[in-house]
Order: sequence, then structure tokens, then C-alpha cells
Amino acid sequence: MAIEAVDHSHWSPLLGRLWWDAIPPDPIVWVTFAAVMMGGLALVAGLTYFKVWGYLWKEWFTSVDHKKIGIMYMILGIVMFVRGFADAIMMRLQQAIAFNGSEGYLPAHHFDQVFTAHGVIMIFFAAMPFVTGFMNYVVPLQIGARDVSFPFLNNFSFWMTTSGAVLIMASLFIGEFGQTGWLAYPPLSGIAYSPYVGVDYWIWSLQIAGVGTLLSGVNLICTIVKMRAPGMNMMKMPIFTWTALCTNILIVAAFPVLTAVLCMLSLDRYLGFDFFTNDFGGSAMMYVNLIWIWGHPEVYILILPCFGIYSEITSTFCGKRLFGYTSMVYATMVITILSYIVWLHHFFTMGSGASVNSFFGITTMVISIPTGAKLFNWLFTMYRARIRFELPMMWTVAFMVTFTIGGMTGVLLAVPPADFVLHNSLFLIAHFHNVIIGGVVFAVFAGINFWWPKAFGFKLHRGFGLVSFWCWVVGFYFAFMPLYVLGLMGVTRRTRVFHDPSLQIWFVIAAIGAAIIAVGIAAFIAQIAFSIWKRKELACGGDPWDARSLEWSTTSPPPHYNFAFTPVVHDIDAWTDMKRCEVEAPKSGFLPIHMPKNTGAGIILGGIATVFGFAMIWHIWWLSAITFLGMIGYAIFHTFNYDRDYHIPADEVAATEAAAHGQPLPAGA
Amino acid sequence: MSEHAHPNPNATDHHDEHGASHGSMRDYVIGFLLSVILTAIPFWLIGTHAIADKGTAALVIVAFAMVQIVVHMIYFLHMNTKSEGGWTFMALIFTVIILVIALSGSLWVMYHLNTNMMPMAHQMEQVS
Repeated sequence: MAIEAVDHSHWSPLLGRLWWDAIPPDPIVWVTFAAVMMGGLALVAGLTYFKVWGYLWKEWFTSVDHKKIGIMYMILGIVMFVRGFADAIMMRLQQAIAFNGSEGYLPAHHFDQVFTAHGVIMIFFAAMPFVTGFMNYVVPLQIGARDVSFPFLNNFSFWMTTSGAVLIMASLFIGEFGQTGWLAYPPLSGIAYSPYVGVDYWIWSLQIAGVGTLLSGVNLICTIVKMRAPGMNMMKMPIFTWTALCTNILIVAAFPVLTAVLCMLSLDRYLGFDFFTNDFGGSAMMYVNLIWIWGHPEVYILILPCFGIYSEITSTFCGKRLFGYTSMVYATMVITILSYIVWLHHFFTMGSGASVNSFFGITTMVISIPTGAKLFNWLFTMYRARIRFELPMMWTVAFMVTFTIGGMTGVLLAVPPADFVLHNSLFLIAHFHNVIIGGVVFAVFAGINFWWPKAFGFKLHRGFGLVSFWCWVVGFYFAFMPLYVLGLMGVTRRTRVFHDPSLQIWFVIAAIGAAIIAVGIAAFIAQIAFSIWKRKELACGGDPWDARSLEWSTTSPPPHYNFAFTPVVHDIDAWTDMKRCEVEAPKSGFLPIHMPKNTGAGIILGGIATVFGFAMIWHIWWLSAITFLGMIGYAIFHTFNYDRDYHIPADEVAATEAAAHGQPLPAGA
Repeated sequence: MSEHAHPNPNATDHHDEHGASHGSMRDYVIGFLLSVILTAIPFWLIGTHAIADKGTAALVIVAFAMVQIVVHMIYFLHMNTKSEGGWTFMALIFTVIILVIALSGSLWVMYHLNTNMMPMAHQMEQVS
């Protein structure tokens, strides 16, 4: 399976590099393609048969409602998470069987794409949409706002993220994906060593999705700074909103670096520049340096909101105020700043001397102090509390145990001499999966279980949730503890075939762990499906968890306008304070509510961006030019649309409120 | 209740202590004159070879450029500690911190990279 034997130099003015040789020479891909096509056709046929296209377009795709956009982000995240997990299962299976002369079932060209796609998809198109989805849904509700600052921009951001996801999915069937690892280090990702479309898919899907991420960061910062309810000063904001603020500041500061690096790599690949080539003064090391200046803050972009989710859950299910609110806020801010001065720990072995390495080693270890402070805050919140072990709380406890182990191996890796031994080994893989799964993924499940009743008015089924929880936690340890062992034995990451038969047992155990996780994911999907089916039985009131922050003070699901009257905040736990003072929802005196109108501009621009990215990837220059001008032109055209807002009449508000409060158990979504 | 959904035409010219300042003719003239002076001096320095040492000359010009940036921010971008309730100033401080970290850090890291380049003689012996 020598891919070099395939000649991809074909180019025509009409189709660029796109030709019959773009069909991957791999039966596994053909079968997947057939299955995806049949599934997709069935979905399209079903949607057409039940005539829901108009509903989806009007109520979801063009919606500027932050709640619906948040839910769409979560759906995107779940879909891409399943795709990324499929890649993970393929790797585990390959590594479990490629022993004793067996080559396994994945050719090298395919295996390299699988591990690259797994990393890229899990970080950019699963974890990021999850985190953005939570922030989108929860933040405006938590601060008592009716939408984000720039509702149309929010819709546009979502569709740009989706556009990137579509491109990365297209790479599975048309052409190839990068074979470079998830950060595409040059010179391997340069045109000399990756001449075909794989790295271009990587560049353009990230570049387009990056626009969406950056704009949603700007949007949420503005929302949090400018649109808090009266009385909610900075030190009365819920912790989740605090972490969301810090994360979005990180996004706005870090993502332009990624954009610039990708631009430089594009210039190298498309126009023969020499930023990162081996010749003419290029420095591949500069690429590694720059991409980690973005890459390390990115890690905290993912984990900070998750810390916020755990904080909300801990104080809710312990039934008391979060221990050390102020220290929690300062710990978050310290992490925000520190996350900018540790990036070199990703390349200790690249050649720096003792002074640089020890500086970055020490800053890395220092981060464990504010993180530890947070952990103790959660523990002290739980201390002598009457803890209710509902599903979100169970995920939180699992997080505390798992994340602590991952954090400790992280401090170990922060010691430069230890890193020289462990760099690029499976120990590193085990470490970052330990913190990302234990931190981010567990938070996603905790958050979904916690806020699902808020979004839909009914709880998720506990039985399936428990199966999902235990499979995930047990599966995680089976899947990744063997990798620590293997890493200590010196096994490197991204290896396809092994020659030492004594290693096989560990890979088999890891594969079993992945299979247990697969059951956990299946149980999660079953949990959602079953809960939707049984939504009448699982229906709950507006505040099923006896929670503490403002999002629970409105009905579940919240009305389109969130709050009939803007709430006034007097305490950190604003909703608990309202319940204590027995504040009643007003029954009369409603005013018309000013709201933004839906618009199709976001999805249209996102669609054009997808075609533009595809054209750039395949060197179809005429199409690139047309779609680029089309995007600019359409964006300008949209600015002339003055018909952007409307008022919900006071009668309609009164009717909605009466229905919500007259009938305390809203039936289903 | 979004910004977007509140196009209040009567509020746009409204000045209060939280709004952004807009500057006066006097500010713009001062800013312009300072910019001209700060640009003219480096040109004069280079044109007349007033500083013999090239490294020192470069440093002096960089210093003038930094002052120039500050002048632009104060007189043209109306940066002060009160605008938008202090938020623009906070954002500025944060931006400067991040830029300084990223730039000085990159320079430091990149100049330091030769220290441990891999195949050095004594390491080769250890490996083999």
C-alpha cells in the first residue's frame, strides 16, 4: 500500500485536482461511504416524508435564538463525537491485532489519517461545539438576558463551525485527510512531503471553523460584560459565567495566532513561500512554537467552562453556596494568564537549554496550584453537605478522582528531564486523555444531564444514565491505564505495527476498555431516545434540582424571550435568594418585548464558505474566486437588511406566562 | 434585550460617564503634531547618521515607534481609563500582556533552540 505510487498530479481548469483518483483506494471507506449514504438518504427521505424541512429551516437553521443555537451546537458535537470515537475504535483494534507479523487491517496511509482525524475532530468539532453550546445556552439565561449581544453573529458562527465540520467529513470520501498528526507539523505538512489534499482539508476546515469560534468568543464576551441583569456585578456572576468569560477572552486572544499560523502554512503550500520549509531560511520550529502559543490556551479554553459546570453542579446538589467563590474566581483568572506562559512544555525536547526548559517547566507546575485550589473548593463544598447523588453529581465526583490522577501525571510530565524520557510516548497520550476525558467529556455528560430539564422540561432517564456513567468511568480506566504502562515501557504514539509480543496484552486491555466506552456511548444515546419517548413520565417543573442560579428562575423550557421581566439580582446565588424571599412571578403588567428576527444569512454564508473551502482544497480557482466574492458580497448585502427586529405583543407574553404558570408541568419539548 | 435589538436612535449621541469619548479638534491636532515629530526624528537620525552604532540606532527607532503607538492610542483611538467604564483599558492591558508574552517568549525560545540540538558528539557516543 505505498501511496507514493499513486500519481495525484492531475489538474484541469474546470475541476482542479478533482478527478477519479480522488476516490480512496480502500474498501473500508467504500463500505462506510455506502452506509453513510444510505443513512443520509433515509434521513432526508424521512424529513421530507414528515414535511419537517420548513419547520427546521424556520425554527432552527435560521434561528437567532441563543437557546436553539446552543442546542444545535450540542447536536453537532454529539455527531462529531461519534465520528471521532469511530476513529478511536479503529486505532484500538489495529493496535490490538498488529502483532507477531500481522500488519493489522489498516494500511499505513489510512491509519495515519485515522489518528490525525481523531485528534482534529475530537478537539475542534466535538469538544469545542460542546463547550460553545453550553456557553450559548446557559450564559444569557444565567445573567438574566434575553439573547446574546449579536444574535445574527451567533447564528453565523454556528454555521461556520458546521461548515468546517462538513469539510472534514467530506475528506473521508473525497480525496484524503492529513497524515500528519492533529497539529500538522511541517516539514511533514509542507507541500514537499504532503503533496495531495489531506493537509489542505485540515487547513481550510480549521480556518473556516476558526472564524466561527472567534466571532462567538467576541459575542459572548460582549454579552457577559454588557448584558448582565441589574444588580449582578462581576463578583455576583455565577461561576459558570465567570469561566465562560475567561474562556472567551482566551479564544479572542489565542485564535488569531492559529489563523496566522494556518495562513503562513497555506502560503507555503499554495504559493511556494518558505516560512516553515527546510530551505531558504524557513524554520519548522517556528511553526511548532507558534501553534502551541495557540494550542496551550486552547486546552484551557476547553477545560475552564467545564470547571464552571462542575461548580454549578456541586453547589446545587450539595444544597449550599459554593465554598470559596472569590478564590474560585481568582483561580480562574490566574489560570487564564498562566495558560499563556507554558506553551513550551509541548516541545521541551526541541533543543532549548536548561534555562528556557526550567522556566516553562516551573510555570507549568505552578498551574497546578490554582487548579488544586478549585478542587479543594469543590471538596469543601461537599464537606458535611447533604449530597444528592443525581447523575450530574456522580459525573462530578468521577471527574474529581480522574482529573486528579491526570493532573498528577501532568505535573510529572512538566519536569523537563522526565519529559525527555516520556515525550511522544503513550504515557503522554494517557495523560491528556486522562484530563480531557476526565475533565471535558465527563463535564459534557454532567452538563447535559444537568441542563437537559432546563432545555426541554423533562429529566433524562436515570437507569440508562447510570449504565452510561459506569461504562464510561470503568471503560476509561481500562482504556488508558494500560497506555501509562506502555508509555513507561517506551512505546511511542501513532505506531501502527509492533514487534514485541509482550506488549500485546496491554493493547488488548485498552481495546476492551474502548469497547466498554462504546457501550457507554450507546447507553447515552439510548438514554436520550428513551427519555424523549417517555417525556410525559419524566416531565418536571421549572426547577427540578432545587438549583441556585438565574436560569432556573424562568420556566423549563424557557419562553422564546427567556424572562418576561428582567430579574434583579441581590446575591451570588440569585435564584436561591429569590426563593428565600419568596419572590413571585408577576401575573400582569406585561410589556411588549423587543426581539431580533430570524435570518437565513448565516446558513447561506456558511454554505458558500463550505464550497469556497472545497474549491481551495482542490485548486478549483474559478470557483474559489466566485465563492469568495459571493461571501463578501452577500455579507455586504445582508447589512442592508433593516428588517431585523420585532416586538412580541404584551398579550402574547401574558398568554405565554399564564400558560407556563397555570400549568406547572409543561408537557415535553 | 440585546444590543442588536435595541436600535435606539435617540441614544447614539448621548454622552455619559460610561460611554466612549470622541475627542476634540484640539486632541487630533496635538496627536497629529506629535506623530509628525516622532516620525521626523527617526528619519533625521538615520539620514544624518547621528548615531554611529547600528544596533543603538535600531533600538532608538524602536523606542520612538513605541511612543508613537502610545500617542496614536491616546489621541486617535481615545484610549483612557474611563472609556466604557474602564473595560477598553482593561482589554488594552490584557492585549499588551499577551503580545509581550507571545513576542518576547517566541524570541527567547527561538534564540535558545540551538542549545540542545540533538545529535551532538557526546550524545552519539551514549546512544551507540
